[in-house]
Amino acid sequence: MKKNMTRRTFLKNSLAASGLTIAAYVTPLGIQLVNAATKTGAMDGFKPSAFYQITPDNLIKVMVPNSEMGQGVKTALPMIIADELEADWDQLEIIQAPAAEEFKNPILHNQLTVASASVRGFYWPLRKAGAAGRAVLIDAAAREWKVPASHCQAIKGTVVNLKSGAGFTYGELSLNAAKLPVPQDPVLKKPSEFRYMGKAMPRVDIPEKVSGKAVFGLDVDLPDLHYAVLSRPPAYGAKHLSFNADAAMAIKGVKKVVPTPRGIAVVAETLDAAEKGRHALDTKWDKGSHPGMDTASIESSFIKDLEKPGANVITRGNVKTAFNAASKIHEATYYIPCISHATMEPQTCTADVRADQCDIYAPTQGQTLGHMVATQISGLPPEKVYLHTTLLGCGLGRRARPDQIVEATIASKVSGKPVKVVYSREEDIKTDYFRSAMAHRIKAGLDDRNQMIVWDHKVASLSLKKHMGAEVKNGIDGYCLWGLWDSPKSPAKANMTYTFPNFSIHLVLSDLPIPVAPFRSVQNAVNAFATESFMDEMAHMAGKDPLNFRLENLTGHMRASRVLESVALNSNWGNPLPDGWGRGIAQHSSFGTNIAQVAEVSVDKKTGIIQVHRVDVAVDCGPVVNPDPLEAQIQGAVVLGVSTALFEEVQFADGGVASGNFDDYRIATMSESPDVNVHIVKSNEDIGGIGEPGIMPLAPAVANAVFNATGGRLRRMPFTPERVLAAIKAASV
Amino acid sequence: MISLTVNGKNYTLDVPEDVTLLWVLRDHLHLTGTKFSCGIGECGSCTVLIDGEPERSCMMTAVDADGANITTIEGLPEDHPVKRAWIEEQVVQCGYCQPGTIMQVAGLLAKNKNPNPQEIFDSMDNIICRCGTYQRMKKGVETAINIMQKEGSSS
Repeated sequence: MKKNMTRRTFLKNSLAASGLTIAAYVTPLGIQLVNAATKTGAMDGFKPSAFYQITPDNLIKVMVPNSEMGQGVKTALPMIIADELEADWDQLEIIQAPAAEEFKNPILHNQLTVASASVRGFYWPLRKAGAAGRAVLIDAAAREWKVPASHCQAIKGTVVNLKSGAGFTYGELSLNAAKLPVPQDPVLKKPSEFRYMGKAMPRVDIPEKVSGKAVFGLDVDLPDLHYAVLSRPPAYGAKHLSFNADAAMAIKGVKKVVPTPRGIAVVAETLDAAEKGRHALDTKWDKGSHPGMDTASIESSFIKDLEKPGANVITRGNVKTAFNAASKIHEATYYIPCISHATMEPQTCTADVRADQCDIYAPTQGQTLGHMVATQISGLPPEKVYLHTTLLGCGLGRRARPDQIVEATIASKVSGKPVKVVYSREEDIKTDYFRSAMAHRIKAGLDDRNQMIVWDHKVASLSLKKHMGAEVKNGIDGYCLWGLWDSPKSPAKANMTYTFPNFSIHLVLSDLPIPVAPFRSVQNAVNAFATESFMDEMAHMAGKDPLNFRLENLTGHMRASRVLESVALNSNWGNPLPDGWGRGIAQHSSFGTNIAQVAEVSVDKKTGIIQVHRVDVAVDCGPVVNPDPLEAQIQGAVVLGVSTALFEEVQFADGGVASGNFDDYRIATMSESPDVNVHIVKSNEDIGGIGEPGIMPLAPAVANAVFNATGGRLRRMPFTPERVLAAIKAASV
Repeated sequence: MISLTVNGKNYTLDVPEDVTLLWVLRDHLHLTGTKFSCGIGECGSCTVLIDGEPERSCMMTAVDADGANITTIEGLPEDHPVKRAWIEEQVVQCGYCQPGTIMQVAGLLAKNKNPNPQEIFDSMDNIICRCGTYQRMKKGVETAINIMQKEGSSS
């Protein structure tokens, strides 16, 4: 595989003044721009967050800190630089950045591709860095020609002398420009001057993916590469009673048997030998910590958790008094089971630990954490550990966990060979850190004018923080609450959009042993299902149109109202539909983006089968960098929403995971997926994220549409035919 | 010893009899465009053409393919209408399932040059794309058909 440029060579090249290198530092005092050759403007103690380099051969090397998993970050971030720099797109060389302090996302303080944070985290630093470079190149040309800078203009990679018509390419100017000071407040382009941003730019990663030459984690090849597969405990907390290492070692090609935290690894010369070695291990396990736990007991445990008082997250007004004053009160309980990331590329990592250096090749979303665990395990100093990020065969949050990196690093260190850890599909699902199951109980009250006056909400969830090794204070895990409540400094910006005068949220953290982690949207999508379904229930109790009822309660939230009004217009909201058809509406706000969806469904009242025919989307994410991948992200997120709402549920039995593969863990296919119409609402807001918001309103929009079509209310995901029939039956009683 | 013809090249290989064609392609011939995902024939990421027919390479041993003419994503010409359509329509997201999908579509269009939407559904409803690119896959198939018709290509 093509070796990634390491941080050291990048910086060394920069400091050798082999061209103009601009770096943007994000500090508490704002963005500082630095010319790497002169180091002017550098602030002590901070690392730059964005780099690019213009070389004398007229190339512009752009480092992309984030992981490419199909969201188009390898195109979007360079577009921002190229636009402000006024570069020719064809002169860009786009390089996957190594794991390094320099590449931490300024809003996450971590090199991590999560929380729809890549473009919105780097947008302003990259724009300023690009504009600064343009100013410096113009300055260099003006000095050469001995004319004022106002006589020069940058046009597509060349600075042109407007008087003489002469021109210098950026490459020709780069060495002189490297000696010049960098303006700290360069003039940014007006949107009307954008050459690339806001226009559909083909993604740079697509041609190699279509040709079959793209290198994903499983495609990494190294000389003398060995393979490891792991024997996994069948239940949570299960410890091995015995394993036959001798029998495994007797298989031709097997080199080592190595215990790791999440299973026993068999290292061999070929994958086939490793798998035969694992079979020969014949590991015997005890029954684990919760031998009776199964799908049904988990659900009842969550529902029972709702009876506990829980931690008070927020209270506004006086909930008790408001209920006393309410003329109508309604309460409902929702349950959403665990779902699996089930990325198409199973978990994998290749590690090559040698005496003096460690190289990790990983399809990871989390470079900072991955580098840290590889450093700890290898025992080498951090600067001797190199983490190379391959392409990712889907991420969905799963690849922010470093367990595959841990296993590969241990296996390589112990065996002394470069080792690729390969998960089977069954291992990938059974060892997943799932999207947490949740139970919600919401009680709300209307006054005598059918206005919402009180909302009392209790949530039961597994703790995401606990499984990520973070401290949970006072029983409150913010990750569980995104979409309901968010702390003021959180990068998720995920507060509920409605501001009810009397409002309360309590959180109960489940003590079940199921490992969980963020799944595209974190818990936003789950929380949106409960709140936006319940808003629909309250609208019907109030005798109001669900759209109008929402607008009534969004008086302080123009953005949310605007996307709702926009999607209603585009979806023919209110127009009649045939019998058995329905429309449902829902909206959500998070990651700085507002989104609303209308789902149009039909329900076969005999079979209970839902078909989602069409989903209209209105989205306000502030400025748009690359509109076509933006649309694609929302189209895909809607399909994921349909899949998780209608089909997906991890089954548990005997204290472990029963689901194992795509035959018993069903994912939506083409015929089950709707066509999605995406409307981008023009906006003057700051930039928001786009990778996740598309999934959030989908499940409630579909459930509300099913209610509209049948009168049946769905409060338990997934919406299987049995549950749909039961809901219709319950409504007719 | 088995002999395989892959993308027009002949290979003689000494591999265990129970090793799947998928892993022989990937690990022995280093043709890693063909992907492993489920291993039970449910998803289609590993689809290759065997004598022109789309087949799931995780469901057959290399011995099963002895003597057959195998085409992988690497062997499908870069100017093939399906590959061009997939770029034109920007179908791909993570891209992991797409080589298998492209081979399945190439196999479909080789036999049926103008499938109707139902025939496209029927032939593609057994693939799984976790990124949810189905809407663009449908557009990609339409565009590939258009390219073939315009250029009189037989794929």
